[in-house]
Amino acid sequence: MDDDRVFRALADPTRRHLLDRLFERDGRTLTELESELEMTRFGVMKHLRVLEEAGLVVTRRQGREKLHFLNAVPIRQVHDRWIDKYTERVVSALLELKDDLEETA
Amino acid sequence: MSTMTQTTVQVYQLFIKATPEQIWEAIVDPELTSKYFYGSRITVTPEGRVSTSPDGSESWGDSEVLEWDPPRKLVHGWVSAYDPELANEATSRVTWEIEPQDGGMTKLTLVHDRLEGAPRTAESVAGGWMLVLSGLKTLLETGEPLV
Repeated sequence: MDDDRVFRALADPTRRHLLDRLFERDGRTLTELESELEMTRFGVMKHLRVLEEAGLVVTRRQGREKLHFLNAVPIRQVHDRWIDKYTERVVSALLELKDDLEETA
Repeated sequence: MSTMTQTTVQVYQLFIKATPEQIWEAIVDPELTSKYFYGSRITVTPEGRVSTSPDGSESWGDSEVLEWDPPRKLVHGWVSAYDPELANEATSRVTWEIEPQDGGMTKLTLVHDRLEGAPRTAESVAGGWMLVLSGLKTLLETGEPLV
């Protein structure tokens, strides 16, 4: 799963909103998701497809219904790859600064 | 994950650069599970799933195997016996689906459901599965356990 698709999917406010809705209550149908958005069914479908291609949404059939589930694994992977690495450096820089200041104090 | 109101079904999906057979082995072989599943030694056979603490001294949850279809699908019960506060909750269900993709990749989907009678387990495993599955991916792709 490439990071580009995840970042591109997350770069849109409607798609982030859809993820938030699924975070609150997982396993929803298109009709349910559509009812909460000021958008055509086709528009919501398009956004869901981008989320699905990025692996952020996984669909499963239950009887006649197609349910949409949030899959947070790609976000975790982006976090591990992109966030952890840099925040670690910021934190260690701050700790060094703290040591330096305390030594001179 | 505490703001989630209904967590009766949880779905996790990821792509791993490994064969379905390798993924299957990593799920059912205690030598391998000990490297990514909180150190626990898990043995899965068609007869059942037995999980113990890293040194093998205590049970972390035995459960029934509901479906055994190597290397495609495994379904088993789940009881969080590793935590006394969760151990008395109702048995939930875990499904592993393994599907080969192009380019030597395999799609792994894990569904943890029937969590209606186990709300605290649902909350507890939400972050846990993410860590376990990331660890499984790292182990199979690099041969190293995730630290």
